[in-house]
Amino acid sequence: MNAYVTTIVTVIVIQAIAVCGLNVIVGYAGQISLGHAAFFGIGAYAAALLATKAGFSFWLGLPLVICISGLIGLLLGLPSIRVREDFLAITTIGINFIVEAVFRYVPFFGGALGLGGIPRILFFDIRMKGQAFLILAICFLVICMLVSWWLTKSWASLACYAIREDESAASTLGISPVRFKLFAFVVGTAMAGLSGSLYAHYMQFISAGDFSFPVSVGFLSMLVLGGMGTLWGPLIGTIILGILPEVFRPLVDYRVFLYTLLLLLMIRFQPGGLLGEGSVARRALAPLFFRGGKR
Amino acid sequence: MQLFFEQLLNGIAMGSIYALVTLGLALVYGVMRILHVAHAAVYTIGAYAGLYIFGATGSLALAFLGSMAICAAVGVVIERFLYFPLLRYPPFVPLIGSIAVLLSIEEAARLVAGPYILTFPARLPFPNLYLGATQISSGLLAIYVITALVLFVLWYITTRTELGLAMRAASQDAPIAGAMGINSHGIITITFIIGSAIAAIAGILVGIYYNQVYPTMGTVPAYKTLALIVVGGLGSVPGAVIASLALGMAETLLIGYANIPLPRDALAFIAMIGVLMWRSEGLLGSSR
Repeated sequence: MNAYVTTIVTVIVIQAIAVCGLNVIVGYAGQISLGHAAFFGIGAYAAALLATKAGFSFWLGLPLVICISGLIGLLLGLPSIRVREDFLAITTIGINFIVEAVFRYVPFFGGALGLGGIPRILFFDIRMKGQAFLILAICFLVICMLVSWWLTKSWASLACYAIREDESAASTLGISPVRFKLFAFVVGTAMAGLSGSLYAHYMQFISAGDFSFPVSVGFLSMLVLGGMGTLWGPLIGTIILGILPEVFRPLVDYRVFLYTLLLLLMIRFQPGGLLGEGSVARRALAPLFFRGGKR
Repeated sequence: MQLFFEQLLNGIAMGSIYALVTLGLALVYGVMRILHVAHAAVYTIGAYAGLYIFGATGSLALAFLGSMAICAAVGVVIERFLYFPLLRYPPFVPLIGSIAVLLSIEEAARLVAGPYILTFPARLPFPNLYLGATQISSGLLAIYVITALVLFVLWYITTRTELGLAMRAASQDAPIAGAMGINSHGIITITFIIGSAIAAIAGILVGIYYNQVYPTMGTVPAYKTLALIVVGGLGSVPGAVIASLALGMAETLLIGYANIPLPRDALAFIAMIGVLMWRSEGLLGSSR
């Protein structure tokens, strides 16, 4: 693998971790979030500040970063108790714009210049870069997917599914929507924080623009394309949307246009996602992988 | 004091423009329950169409009419091709589709018209007015008069005609309206025509007032108007207008007087989150 491919694959893996987190919020608990890049950014900035200003190593900082992003996720998840669906979508967009504005305009966060000089991750005195970093990122992705898989088997996700399908019905059964919505927000934003931390240490330089609203749209598009609420959907969606811009690269000027057009067509004709129920891919692959029922 | 009045006049003009764009969004949300982010792309198309027609014919009236017609057609195509087939999916599926439309139209505008800022060398036929020492320039006056006219026509249509009655019925309860013999898909189409034509007017007005037309001119309005329809109460047209005017004035006055460290574009969202926490159905919204 040459450096070009390694970089692209690493970025895809890092994004897949964030999209896994989004899947817990949107796919499992049914709470729309269009501000996921804000939490990705909070993780990245927390990691960068801990590493550059407090001198923490990646490993020492990681639990802190995850706690910080989960905690802020808890705080910003509070609106989801009060507002629903369309209101929640716009509220999360607003959160993204405000968080980005804070990063861009408060000098403590480096302002418009961003934060640089973030050290590489040390693993037993080996400086992780290139393929070594890729392997580390893949390990974290596997952990996140295991957590997602475990969630689908647990009581918490059953409660989340119930809230997603019908909140009032779920609450008559004694499932507290408040508790499980916040639970989903904390798990999802903690994964975004982890992803942001990896991103900061990989890029070694971050600025507010890396966590702007279009990035959130990208995350949600990846999730919707792959298939919300499925285990492999986030990964597949991220791979497809991560590779497409590279495939279109020879087209130079028309690249972004084709990308958005393709996104539009996929949403229009395959809105359930590639792995969602009734999708083309699922029907074609069903005899190979899924035996019997739907799941 | 004079500076204050001038700021206020600018703020009202700003708010009027927000109102013209937000109106379409509120109307569409009313009948379809869809967040029509691509509306800002329609507004961009309106500005470009107006500019080209003006350049070709030299007539502002033709530019307005032609651009309104083009935008109405674009709005209907978006509704027919994208929103209507996606209505049975959760609301964020059409929302993502809408964002994709916004981005692709911006890109298309960049590819067709070039990435640079075009000037709009037109002057609206309005005089300069003087209120004491304060001057109301012809550009400002044009924005006030045209906005007031649009609002009046819209008010007349929705409250004094049978079409308006049907529109209000469809936005309150589409299935029941359908049972009463109202063609609700027809109403949706008409709503898109009206909203998109108003967006065209807004696009041309902005183009002339700032003397700028560029591919990404819709980006900031696209998301700011979302905050505005929430503050006004989703689907409430008067609420959207009040919220737009208030934001326009708040933005210009706060930037002029208070030294807040945040950019003005974040203000709409801060106001929105504040309003939501206090009154989760918006200023004039009804709790559904």
